[in-house]
Amino acid sequence: MLKKYFPSLGVILAIVAIFIGLPHFYDNQSFLFNLMLYLALAEGLNIIYGFTGYLPFGYVGFFGAGAYGGAIAITLLHISPLLGVLVGGVVAVLTGVILIPLLRLSGAYFAIANLAASQALYLVVANPSLEKITQGPYGIDLSSVYNANAGYFAMLGVLVFAMALVAYLRNSNFGLSLLAIKEDRVTASLAGVNVIRARSIAWMLSAFVAGMSGAVFGWYTAVFYPSTVFSLDVSVFTIVFVLFGGIASVAGPLIGALILYSMYNFIGISTPQYFQLFYGLLIVLLVLFLPDGVVSLLKKGKVYVP
Amino acid sequence: MGDLLTISALESGYGLIQVLWGSSLSVSLNQSVVLLGVNGAGKTTLLKTIAGLLTAWNGKIVFDGIDITRAKPNKRIAGGIGYMSELGIFPNLTVEENLKLGGYFRTEKQNRKRAEDMYEYFPDLKEYRKKMGASLSGGQRKMLGVAKTLMSNPKLVIMDEPSSGLSPKFVKKVVEVLKFLHEREKLSMLIAEQNVSFIDFAQKIYILDKGQVTFGGDVEELKGNDTIRKTYFGISH
Repeated sequence: MLKKYFPSLGVILAIVAIFIGLPHFYDNQSFLFNLMLYLALAEGLNIIYGFTGYLPFGYVGFFGAGAYGGAIAITLLHISPLLGVLVGGVVAVLTGVILIPLLRLSGAYFAIANLAASQALYLVVANPSLEKITQGPYGIDLSSVYNANAGYFAMLGVLVFAMALVAYLRNSNFGLSLLAIKEDRVTASLAGVNVIRARSIAWMLSAFVAGMSGAVFGWYTAVFYPSTVFSLDVSVFTIVFVLFGGIASVAGPLIGALILYSMYNFIGISTPQYFQLFYGLLIVLLVLFLPDGVVSLLKKGKVYVP
Repeated sequence: MGDLLTISALESGYGLIQVLWGSSLSVSLNQSVVLLGVNGAGKTTLLKTIAGLLTAWNGKIVFDGIDITRAKPNKRIAGGIGYMSELGIFPNLTVEENLKLGGYFRTEKQNRKRAEDMYEYFPDLKEYRKKMGASLSGGQRKMLGVAKTLMSNPKLVIMDEPSSGLSPKFVKKVVEVLKFLHEREKLSMLIAEQNVSFIDFAQKIYILDKGQVTFGGDVEELKGNDTIRKTYFGISH
């Protein structure tokens, strides 16, 4: 029975090998860190969007909540950064619990409401009257616990966790029931799926991944502002990566994030003017010719996508 | 007594609009029951209320000795109600996955064994097991819907208009298949239809009109009833 997990396991091991091995040949650790960050976020978004079909435009809200939750726990409660990462994940899950009623909306209404929720969270965190806790708009300083290498491996840990979650969903009945919800909520409930519970679990798992990613990001970056960790770019990037790669598989979001984020770094920063053009063109072509992402090419060739 | 499903004085509807005005009916074990009614009579509303997709406003639903009037849909399905809606399948999942979801509550081993039965009944499905539901023809989809519903080995099979969207030739085939399954698996079934050819294998027939059950009896009684003969067999028969 465990055999069906082998292909997914292979992908996870390959990713781990890459990110352990690559720093020996390529010394831009911050790029590798950010790449892992987006890989993890893409898998996290894949859980809620790929499997249940809810498109969370405010996904960055969980990321920010995790970054602040972790950082505040580290600075005010003086816990270890690793524990802070976990706290960040839990804070994001609690945020997710508060937002569960949004799941009653569907399609664009959900996306917009979620977007608004993430911005509301941003305004709360950046509010100067909360300066004693969040430092308001002045940002958080974690330089006392700064440890780039530890942060790098913590990110790898979160990424492995996210990939393992998706691998489980890809191969289990629970994952299948989520796909059924995406297809048709009523028919899914008539198959005996507890729709409300299943989608809430997916939502919270997705939030947990984003929250932990946010907390590691805060730790690794050491100094950040509300506008950094609540930036809509995070949501948009993640969504584009997932769509580009292909949803509801382990490999799809990884491929999307690897290709597009690397491209963003190599062309986007040196020649931003061409990059925008190129990126835009790529996305238009994608929507026109490969609406199901890059991995749909493999699927058409009857290749199993883990 | 030997009733598997008993519905008494059921009232239900959508929002402020009441559709069912005190409907009562019952299905016994191994019995095939057809619920006839024209469009808008309240057939789907009645079935949805039995499955729990709509909440009963009044009245009582007892299934297998348990009052399920207020139970959640997934509890009712787990309790042994198999429900096939008009559309019924997941078009973007494979035939195999559709069947797996049909047996969502059962073990993988049970499901594999049951799927073999289904492939035996419906050889087409075996051939298309790795194909998406969307790639099946209308008739094959209907068969997948039936197979998916039977996967969980339900004590009672509820079907909402199995004939909808099918050509007359295929309707005949669906009737044959259901008749065969009723005999082979000793199914207890409640089928809502407006197509009278389904009374072919019905042991009991109810007629639903404007949210009320206006007739209950076997085929002979039905054919002996003048008004009904005019409504349902009138011009075409």
